[in-house]
Amino acid sequence: MQDVDAIVKEALAVFEGIDDPATLEQAKARYLGKSGALTELLKELGKLPAAERPAFGSRVNAAKERLEAALKERRERIRAQKLEAQLGQEALDVTLPGRGLGVGGQHPVTRTMERIETLFRSMGFDVADGPEIETDYYNFTALNQPENHPARSMHDTFYLADGKHLLRTHTSPIQIRYLESHRPPIKIIAPGRVYRCDSDATHSPMFHQVEGLWVDERVTFADLKGVLVEFLRRFFEREDLKVRFRPSFFPFTEPSAEIDMSFGEGWLEMGGAGMVHPNVLKNVNIDSEKYQGFAFGLGPDRLAMLRYGVDDLRLFFENDLRFLKQFN
Amino acid sequence: MKFSENWLRTFVNPPLAARELAEALSMGGLDVEQVEPERGDWLLTLKPMPNRGDCLSLIGVAREVAAVTDTTLVLPDIKPARAAITDRLSVTLDAPQACPRYCGRLVRGVNARAATPGWMAGRLAGSGVRPIGALVDITNYVMLELGQPLHAFDAAKLEGGIRVRFAGDGEKLTLLNGVTPPLTREFLVIADEARAVALAGIMGGLETAVGDETHEVFLESAFFSPDVIAGKSRQLGFGSDSAYRFERGVDFSATASALERATQLVLEICGGTAGPITEARAALPAREPVRLRLARVERLLGVRLDGTQVSDILRRLRFEFTAAEGEFRVTPPSYRFDIVIEEDLVEELTRIHGYDRIPATMPAAPAIMLPAPETRRDVPAIRRLLAARGYQEIVSYSFVDTTWERDLAGNTSPVALANPIASQMSVMRSSLAGGLLNALRYNLDRKQVRVRLFEIGRCFMLQASGDYRQPLQVGGVAYGDARHEQWGLKGRPGDFFDIKSDVEALFAPCSAELEPADHPALHPGKSARILCGGKYAGWIGELHPRWQRKYDLPLAPILFEIDYEALSQQGLPAYNETSKFPPVRRDLAVIVAEAVSYRAIREVLRRNIPPIVTEIGLFDVYRGTGVERGKKSLAFRVLLQDTRKTLTDAEVDSAVSRLVQVLQMEFNAKLR
Repeated sequence: MQDVDAIVKEALAVFEGIDDPATLEQAKARYLGKSGALTELLKELGKLPAAERPAFGSRVNAAKERLEAALKERRERIRAQKLEAQLGQEALDVTLPGRGLGVGGQHPVTRTMERIETLFRSMGFDVADGPEIETDYYNFTALNQPENHPARSMHDTFYLADGKHLLRTHTSPIQIRYLESHRPPIKIIAPGRVYRCDSDATHSPMFHQVEGLWVDERVTFADLKGVLVEFLRRFFEREDLKVRFRPSFFPFTEPSAEIDMSFGEGWLEMGGAGMVHPNVLKNVNIDSEKYQGFAFGLGPDRLAMLRYGVDDLRLFFENDLRFLKQFN
Repeated sequence: MKFSENWLRTFVNPPLAARELAEALSMGGLDVEQVEPERGDWLLTLKPMPNRGDCLSLIGVAREVAAVTDTTLVLPDIKPARAAITDRLSVTLDAPQACPRYCGRLVRGVNARAATPGWMAGRLAGSGVRPIGALVDITNYVMLELGQPLHAFDAAKLEGGIRVRFAGDGEKLTLLNGVTPPLTREFLVIADEARAVALAGIMGGLETAVGDETHEVFLESAFFSPDVIAGKSRQLGFGSDSAYRFERGVDFSATASALERATQLVLEICGGTAGPITEARAALPAREPVRLRLARVERLLGVRLDGTQVSDILRRLRFEFTAAEGEFRVTPPSYRFDIVIEEDLVEELTRIHGYDRIPATMPAAPAIMLPAPETRRDVPAIRRLLAARGYQEIVSYSFVDTTWERDLAGNTSPVALANPIASQMSVMRSSLAGGLLNALRYNLDRKQVRVRLFEIGRCFMLQASGDYRQPLQVGGVAYGDARHEQWGLKGRPGDFFDIKSDVEALFAPCSAELEPADHPALHPGKSARILCGGKYAGWIGELHPRWQRKYDLPLAPILFEIDYEALSQQGLPAYNETSKFPPVRRDLAVIVAEAVSYRAIREVLRRNIPPIVTEIGLFDVYRGTGVERGKKSLAFRVLLQDTRKTLTDAEVDSAVSRLVQVLQMEFNAKLR
């Protein structure tokens, strides 16, 4: 008769060496099955003296439990090993490109205009819009530029063949249209396309402008400086940006200013601005003794060029995907 | 205007180097475009603003320098010439408003061949003025020095006295540049007793011009009203230094002294004897005093200037003024045509005080929260959606080729420009299609094989009223495979329905309805009108094979164009109770005739939908084995659910057979 401990020792060693569930179940049968080694041993129980039976019985049962536990553990190990092997085989090359829809993107100039809108909206400016085919009245006369005014030669105007209309040369007509239908306080920006018959490396016959207008009782020239300095610093995210105002002339502002900006060396012209001319307010029946304000015009194309390092304005209108995709 | 710095320094000499002086002038409002060295001198190029005609002379610039740098101005010493002879020409002003002051004098016995002295020739050359002959050089010199355009007539060629009058319609006058312009009654001329001899303020006539043989001259110095000269250069197609100055305003108080200055130089250089000045005068422009309130200055600028500062600036500007209790009355000088209202003076104060000395402040304004209408879809949202679906935004010109309008929009009378810069940019677009196809072509030429583009911009249509409709439109073009070339996905050409889903996504949560419709740009069997809420919203389709061939495209692109207005409105989401009971799905496949549209079936189903059916969705369209020719099989997913209880099989069966019955009745459909 085999010793209980010897059987347990042998069984544990056998189980440890098995890697698949079927063989393990066969091995189980050899020790715990109907004619397994431990079962056989129990059958010997009757042959023992009565006094030794309880002790022997409990030894065999303890051995059985020990083997059951070892089997359970082994089964789990085998299952875990199997899963591990399977997972290893299922591994993806996660570095392969994602599949499906590609992404497009926004034009750098409209991206810039949206950014300008966002910054000014955060300061409470509403966004206005206006037609691109304009009349002489809105583009010039209402803006204090009567016919034959020498200032008109500053704009090379596209006229329509109907002899009555033109393509707006600036976004300033939106000022007039907005002022006609709203009363102060007025605080708007108006981005859009403008046209001048001029074309070379630095001019395009079509380009963009953003008009700004703030009319209230006490909006001052110092405020104009404050708002534009703040805007340029926020736009370029540079606190060290220098901004300077130079006297200039626009028929629809008085005093008028040219806005220059510098990152450290050299000045770049960024746009024009000034206090709304009393004649402009008179043209829209607003009392210029009570109300005053400022207007400005910025070039989103130029802002985009400086922001993204584009050196030729014409690239914006060529629509080359290799250029456009750089802004996605 | 370009001139020698040394010449300028004979009038005003601030302790500043040339570049510092240029900087000071620019910051004071007179823009110096260029400073270039020139043999011990500097040449300055100025670009005075259109309202500063007074700065178109050395003396004008010197006044400006004196004001900006607060330096003493030395005015030229002009002594009246002695009238050695009594000969004179009469002067008559027939149009006293257009020419309220005219001075002229005869100088006899001049040597027109005399050499222009080196100092004068040098200064003229510095200003880019071409030497012509002593007499003309002198008039040019005085114009540069004092800003007064002058003219010298060959007196021997004049017949009788001078008359300043408007031209007759079609009157003939050949000018110094050889042009005989079509004159009208709007043009002011200088005439003698026989004919017009000069186009007043613009250019002299050829017949009476001085030349080498000239031995007696009639010198003219006049004031022509800016209104009568303005716009004439544009009408004529050429300008002149004289017209440039007169339309901006010339100092009407210096007419005679400029003539004296010219006489002085003629006598010095060409010799001869001068007659007395004949002057004709009418009402000159008035210089009304302008009120200037210190309180107003502070309110406009946001910074206070005190009375002493203001008086000091006005003195530097040589403006006459009186002051009392926070208020000034300022009379602008005769050479300033731009000081009319208080704000004009505020600008003068600001620029002399220094724009950089005005602080940058943030306005104190009530905090206002802007409206944010939730049912309005803005343009940025549309851009983002299209970009996320693979489209790249372009910006193309609003003016296009006439043939694009004809081919792609069927527009034979487009909105035309009077002065286009190029023939292929001569009309305004009524559709975005041309620009999109052009950009597509451009990129295909650069080896792109799959292109998705969109543009959001205004289009232009003439209305019966004579006004223009200028709607904002959203257009797109898709070319090449449905997806970009990638691993693990079999390539397939993108088609109408791929792009339709982009359009549907744009309208969501509203649903875009399509109905077959012809469009000049599109394949007649693959084009549709887009409707939203029953109203026209745009179009979509495949490019017509004719245009595909003409625009040389290997594959047919799909195009769409939608009115932004139709996209701008979206509903406010509203909650409906969701059922707690499990949904039941039944699939239903029916065979119908090919001609039956999906839309027709959907409409019938919608009208007859049993209340427990929550959704009917098409999941397959099949033609082929098992379906006879001329028919198609449509497979629908039917979802059923009740909000109050679990559905029984009987209820489900009854609802589905109701649908089947309707389809059988309306379309002779057969269950598959």
